[in-house]
Amino acid sequence: MADVNRGNRPLSPHLSIYRPQLTSMTSILTRITGNAMLIAALLIVWWFLAAATSQAYFDTVNGFVTSWFGDLILFFSVLGLWYHTLAGVRHLIWDNGYALDIPTAEKLGWACIGGAVVLTILTVLIV
Amino acid sequence: MAFLTDRKRAMGLGSAKTGTAHFWAMKVSSVALLILIPLFVFTFGAALGGTYEDILAYYSRPFPAIIAALTLAVGFKHFNDGVQVLIEDYVHGIAQKITIILMTCLSYGAAAVGIFAIAKLAF
Repeated sequence: MADVNRGNRPLSPHLSIYRPQLTSMTSILTRITGNAMLIAALLIVWWFLAAATSQAYFDTVNGFVTSWFGDLILFFSVLGLWYHTLAGVRHLIWDNGYALDIPTAEKLGWACIGGAVVLTILTVLIV
Repeated sequence: MAFLTDRKRAMGLGSAKTGTAHFWAMKVSSVALLILIPLFVFTFGAALGGTYEDILAYYSRPFPAIIAALTLAVGFKHFNDGVQVLIEDYVHGIAQKITIILMTCLSYGAAAVGIFAIAKLAF
């Protein structure tokens, strides 16, 4: 059952040991943005449900979604969405065995960050 | 049994022989979302801020309604697959199983509510 040696053996270096690097930070940011978007996704589902229910319910939910607080959630979700999208493209490239060396991976990391900011500005301007 | 280490019990059994289906499902849904997300952002973004009548009229059109329904279906499947890996990394034992089940129920539940609402708006 229990591993009797557990707790005495040295563990491989983990987060507290490693110096933060662009590659590790962009990786964890992919996970954080992907999961944080649940909030906005549920908000959008709630908005659709309200629109399908009645005008009064729609006005309540729409009022919240278009309030400054709703705008704030949607703004950061759009930023996270574009970051996660670009980081996902980077993963699709990596999965095929390309761009795995550190200098290229770091360039792509900056491209994800910069690209997400640019796409967010474009989204705010267009929408 | 109590004297065997986890490694000793696992040795010689080979790989888990499973997991590629999950990986492939994430790849397929991610490519689908690469197409759906820009379409959804700019159709939903165009509708948001309109009056109740505007929204009813906008989502009775096939294109925005189909894009929104597909985005919710594929998006929540992608989220569910992704959050499962997140849970497997940080939560262990019985709590892991319960969390995965709860997040799966939430994902499919939210997708169902959203698609039902869009269908009701569309018809």
